[in-house]
Amino acid sequence: MLLDVQGIDVRYGRNHAVKSVDLTLDEREIVTVLGANGAGKSSLLKAILGSEKSTGTVLFDGIDISGWSAPKRIDAGLVMVPEGRQIFVSLTVHENLQMGAYCRSGDVGAEIDAIYERFPNLAARRDMPASVLSGGEQQMLAISRALLAKPRLMMLDEPSLGLSPILVKQLFVLIEELNRDGLTILLIEQNTHMALQSADRGYVLELGDVVLSGSSKTLQEDSRLGEAYLGTH
Amino acid sequence: MSGYLESQLIILCLATIYAYGIFLPAASGQLNLGAAGFITLGAYASAWFNASTGAELPVWLSVILAMMFTGTIAFVISFPILRTRGVYMVLATFAFAEVVAGIVINVEELGAAAGMPVDAHLDVTVIVPMTILVILFSFYFMSTRLGLALRSIHDDENVATLFGVNVRTAKVVAFTVGAMLMSLGGSLYGHHYNYIEAQTFNVLLSIYILLYVLMGGTQTAWGPLIGAAFFTIVPEALREIAESAGLTWLAEGRFMMFGAFIVLLMVFRPEGVMTRTLQDRLGGGLFRRKKQVLDETAANS
Repeated sequence: MLLDVQGIDVRYGRNHAVKSVDLTLDEREIVTVLGANGAGKSSLLKAILGSEKSTGTVLFDGIDISGWSAPKRIDAGLVMVPEGRQIFVSLTVHENLQMGAYCRSGDVGAEIDAIYERFPNLAARRDMPASVLSGGEQQMLAISRALLAKPRLMMLDEPSLGLSPILVKQLFVLIEELNRDGLTILLIEQNTHMALQSADRGYVLELGDVVLSGSSKTLQEDSRLGEAYLGTH
Repeated sequence: MSGYLESQLIILCLATIYAYGIFLPAASGQLNLGAAGFITLGAYASAWFNASTGAELPVWLSVILAMMFTGTIAFVISFPILRTRGVYMVLATFAFAEVVAGIVINVEELGAAAGMPVDAHLDVTVIVPMTILVILFSFYFMSTRLGLALRSIHDDENVATLFGVNVRTAKVVAFTVGAMLMSLGGSLYGHHYNYIEAQTFNVLLSIYILLYVLMGGTQTAWGPLIGAAFFTIVPEALREIAESAGLTWLAEGRFMMFGAFIVLLMVFRPEGVMTRTLQDRLGGGLFRRKKQVLDETAANS
């Protein structure tokens, strides 16, 4: 098991955002966390990364990392692609990629070149501020930046947000490609249909609680999935 | 060099050093309106360490000790001050400078309101090389990993955290190192004019320095240099030109025009004169070939 989250709790003052959530991820799995706005999905990811205070246990590759700082967890192989792409707009494309490797020592030039080869659009704009990129290119940059952290587990927070249907398809193709190359993926999505097509398993969060979990196939057929979004139960 | 030009050059050098002191925190989005406070600390500390009434140390050691003294104070106050944001940080740093001025004016040993004579003299042959050193240091500082982190914090603090940037540490370092540069500027001021008084380092000075940085642009290390040069040279040059052409209205009204120009600049170019894009465009001669190659690879694939 690559990631084993046991009883994780996130509170913002009186708001109990994540309520004792258990979640596991095997190596090379794609797991999705579904749920409506405010279900606590982003807080869960930030708690796993260590950038949000939480209680509970997080085991990564069998090691208890609960007390670790975010930089240490990133160094161990966790990375997060934040919601809404959120690249550094005044930094150049190249500098954005360098920021991905912020926690690493040593030369990452060869890896950046490999990214440029994979995404020629980024290469063509390497010295321009990232603000000139289109929405799709920004998402490519956000994912590339995360790849430069050399992660074993990539957590994506609603990557399809604000992308056109064609770009969403390309995005999921890319995610599956990365997964085939050996990356384990934890995917937060509102786009239930696309997420369950790519994912092996899924969890459904509602107001901080896991109300449903199982293989993608069973979730797709479960009528309670829709209810969790609409809040009808 | 004529005495007039030399005096203008000194003013430009000091303004540049001050500006880099404000630029370092500004690069991560922190607005520091306390320049006068740090300059006062530097000027008085160095004068005291050097003077016969104080510790009587060699001038170079006095300047370094003053920087360490100011740096220590900046480090300590950075923790409460960096808890504030935006306009509240402007107010907090402004308040700090007022406290420093208030203390100096009330301490007899520092000459109180009458000011304090400074012993050792430093002239243009020291100040110009020091200024160049500060500029080179700032360019180096911004090119490091920490410099990149500061700029990423300017763009988005929360995302910077996701990539392992320790936002608090980066901000404290930038604030403290900036204060030390301003201390250096203050010391050089004291040792050049050999007389300091707290009233010289007032809020108008703090505002001007912050303006140099914001108008010059915080995205690149060129910004403070361009801002400081522009603000010190243009009003003087306008006066020179106006007077030699016999245009008294221009000589007298130049600050009004200058003010209007600043407002226009704020409206049409809020990110400052020098931006990444402009730097890229100006450096085009140097980088164009590399880019063309990349564009071609992009087109071919």
